[in-house]
Amino acid sequence: MQLVLEKRTERSNAIAVISPLIAIALTIVTMSILFALLGKNPVTALAVYFIDPLTDGYSLQEIAVKATPLVMIAIGLSLCYLANAWNIGAEGQFLIGAVAGSWIAVRTQGSDAGAWVLPAMLVLAAAAGALYALIPALCRVKFGASEILTSLMLVYVADLFLDYLVRGPWRDPNGYNFPTTADFDPVATVPTLVEGGRLHLGSIIALVVVAAAAVLLGRTIKGFEIRVVGAAPRAARFGGFNANQLILLTFAISGALAGLAGIIEVAGPIGHLQPGISPGYGFTAIIVAFLGRLNPIGILIAGLFLALTFIGGEQAQIAMKIPLDVTKVFQGILLFYVLACDSLILYRFRLILPTRKVARGAR
Amino acid sequence: MELAEAIILSVLSASTPLLIAATGELVTERAGVLNLGVEGMMIMGAVCGFGGALYTGSITIGALCGIIAGTAMSLLFALMTLGLAVNQVATGLALTIFGVGLSGLIGASVVGEQITAAPHLHIPGLTDLPLLGHVLFGQDAFVYLSIALIVGVWYFLYRTRAGLILRACGDNHVSAHALGYPVLRIRLLAVMFGGACAGLAGAYLPLAYTPFFIPGMTAGRGWIALALVVFASWLPARLVAGAYLFGAVSILQLHAQGAGIGIPSQFMSSLPYLATVIVLVALSRTRSGGSTAPAALGTVFVPDR
Amino acid sequence: MRKTFFAAAAALLLLGSLGGSAEAADKLKVGFIYLGPIGDLGWTYQHDLARQALDKEFGDKIETTYLENVPEGPDAERAIEQLVRAGNKLIFTTSFGYMDPTLKVAKKYPNVHFEHATGFKKDKNMSIYNGRFYEGRYIQGVIAGKMSKTGVLGYIASFPIPEVIMGINATMLGAQTVNPNIKVKIIWVNTWFDPPKEADAAKALVDQGADVIMQHTDSPAAMKIAAERGKLAFGQDSEMIKFGPTTQLTSIIDNWAPYYIARVKAELDGTWKEEDTWGGLKSQMVVMAPFTNMPDDVKKLAEDTKAAIIDGKLLPFKCPVVDQDGKTVECKGGDHLDDGQVLGMHFYVKGVDDKMPAK
Repeated sequence: MQLVLEKRTERSNAIAVISPLIAIALTIVTMSILFALLGKNPVTALAVYFIDPLTDGYSLQEIAVKATPLVMIAIGLSLCYLANAWNIGAEGQFLIGAVAGSWIAVRTQGSDAGAWVLPAMLVLAAAAGALYALIPALCRVKFGASEILTSLMLVYVADLFLDYLVRGPWRDPNGYNFPTTADFDPVATVPTLVEGGRLHLGSIIALVVVAAAAVLLGRTIKGFEIRVVGAAPRAARFGGFNANQLILLTFAISGALAGLAGIIEVAGPIGHLQPGISPGYGFTAIIVAFLGRLNPIGILIAGLFLALTFIGGEQAQIAMKIPLDVTKVFQGILLFYVLACDSLILYRFRLILPTRKVARGAR
Repeated sequence: MELAEAIILSVLSASTPLLIAATGELVTERAGVLNLGVEGMMIMGAVCGFGGALYTGSITIGALCGIIAGTAMSLLFALMTLGLAVNQVATGLALTIFGVGLSGLIGASVVGEQITAAPHLHIPGLTDLPLLGHVLFGQDAFVYLSIALIVGVWYFLYRTRAGLILRACGDNHVSAHALGYPVLRIRLLAVMFGGACAGLAGAYLPLAYTPFFIPGMTAGRGWIALALVVFASWLPARLVAGAYLFGAVSILQLHAQGAGIGIPSQFMSSLPYLATVIVLVALSRTRSGGSTAPAALGTVFVPDR
Repeated sequence: MRKTFFAAAAALLLLGSLGGSAEAADKLKVGFIYLGPIGDLGWTYQHDLARQALDKEFGDKIETTYLENVPEGPDAERAIEQLVRAGNKLIFTTSFGYMDPTLKVAKKYPNVHFEHATGFKKDKNMSIYNGRFYEGRYIQGVIAGKMSKTGVLGYIASFPIPEVIMGINATMLGAQTVNPNIKVKIIWVNTWFDPPKEADAAKALVDQGADVIMQHTDSPAAMKIAAERGKLAFGQDSEMIKFGPTTQLTSIIDNWAPYYIARVKAELDGTWKEEDTWGGLKSQMVVMAPFTNMPDDVKKLAEDTKAAIIDGKLLPFKCPVVDQDGKTVECKGGDHLDDGQVLGMHFYVKGVDDKMPAK
């Protein structure tokens, strides 16, 4: 007798709807056990993690602020992943975008530059991110080199490059030689939306990006091509869709979005360029993309949810002395369950009972 | 001790964890599975290996604990990707994040403790030979094991029938299945071997390199091991060369600084990564536009019955 | 009469219970933001030791909380604000990179008091504090100059920021008083904390001839390597002698407890005001671990140097200070470099062969 996995004849829509709920339920059970093992009250811990941050305006704003870069990057990544192109280097593209946009801010520092500065920063950041992403894409398309590894290696290069700039040429002359640029002028800063909070224009831009991606994927030929080339490469070839061109396109868009997220973070909540502008957004965004099932609305929800866990995790550390590592464990477990439950959309289990061996016309 | 000999010894230590982890991942990928969770498996190996050695006083038990931890993590990966046909890239990344977080939780209680590092071999007469004495005869067990492992893997893959079948699973799992080979079971064993190696490689860090555990002490070595496998075009002989090359670059940049060579340290630190990209591209070019990855690498396999 | 008595008793009880709850409300909440894990045996560990000293000193009057592993970016601002919202009235942010986030939150909450370590921006409700670790480095330089047989010191440096550079310079100035030809090899590891990398750097320094190792990184890895190779070394941030019983000469210990206790006391008394504290050996913010593994005459020299610095007779950055290129540095403090110059130090003193990264 064995339990085997076999492909369904067609997607199960019922499972598609309830699978995230099952995944969340399973995660909550597992996390409760973990909390209990750590000696904390599971109910209180879960409340501090998931409910408390939703109860006041400040936390809600912070969730939006944290979710903005995650959602923006994840949308770009989802386009790549749908086309079966694996961009793992979003973190590096984020950093390069931040650097490129900051260049304008640093160059126009102190001068009476006009309102063109911020839009220019955003555009340059997106362009730089796109170009940086094209490096691994071209390596894949022209040379067949694994884009997973090239894009990943370039993350380290970008990080070291940023480090070199803020410690050297771009260092704030009045900053006692500490590794940061001077604070950006007001024209070079992303405006906030709410008095007293950190909610800023970037969140609106992120929402626009979500809407644009939904339109692209759902209503345009290019979006259709992207989805087909990943799901059914042979059919795509027959349809005349150019896989290589789509790889380049999706990587470029993804790089642009990551770069845009980078400059928004730097010119918004941070206010200057320094080492360590990203606590791993490029990698967390990969989780967000998968949690959101590579779907723009799903990514928006997943991004907000994950941001909630970050905020909740900090509050849990203050209120209950729960270590921050628990947040990472939680995110890993959630992703495992979501992926596992989602596999049941395409596959199902079947129990094969032992059959009597019948000798038929044995010779 | 000559400076050259001293540098070679440092390079050996730095390269060993890379070599062990990459060897395991090589086998996994040759069977057709891409496991990006090496970093997570390594750090779990580090914390469990350290804990084992700390509480029993034995390096060997520590190493075993590391191996078991890595294997357990890889089983989780196998359950998802082989049992449930889940996307391998996503699962590998989830494994890394999970592993890093879990190791931090477990490790919090042992931070600050120290153990006696793994002893080095000492054969009177041989070990003290000039230049190569310590290099060949004065290493700790992990270094010798790393060489034995890669030689063993080479032999297995190219000189045994089982190895041939494993390679077939990686190149064309559909045909292998048609021929009646248990593709999923072979991949499972390959994944477990990969996990065991990653766990051992991670354990090497606190057991032999620096005799204490710090959260996050693998510092990206798992990702370098992944790059190494590709860098080596999935060939064992090239893997050894690659591992030592990487170790050498990271050690030499420190020596260059000490000697006063004035290149920005960030540039020097980025050399191993740039080198990987360049070599990846160069190698792929010489194969007329295609890489030599196992053809079925990363594809989901659900056998039809 | 009885009615009045009971009424009075009831009133007293009521007042007493109110007083009781007022006492509970009076418990001062003190918060800490840490960059690394408290088990890092280095920088964060020492801050946490001081926090524990606060708990011991003030018992029920205060309640301390901490957040560890907080990255120095936008997350820091939120972490600090979360502490404020959780009711903490005195908050210590223990790393340079928290400077701007602390300032932003300080502006938002004028009634909360902030203490920022190793920075330079302050405000009406934001103090800054730091330790004159370079005084300890000077003493270490003197010891190293005496103890080094090869005349080459090995320095594992983290990042080329003034804090680290002033440490290198103070070490060299101290060493040059006993050995004018002393040399130093510097390796920049670009991290505060990466034991395997620190171990590699230590090995490289020893291989290149250094026989006294010093570090501006946080883990005991270098001490272990020095111990293995039979060299001498200095610990950093905390006592590292257990990692090198015959290796450690001394260690610069960050002793934040007296400062923290003084600040909490001021907060409790209502006398807290914004200050700029840069304390050294004299105020015991910097403490030297016992001088070990050295002959008695070196020990005496070290003790005398320490005493001279405490008395103000010996100034580590006494003018004239000559830089690498032979130019004399402008002396803004009369007979020694002033605090501003030291805080922004970005040049090597004469005798250092290394090229300054990121000039």
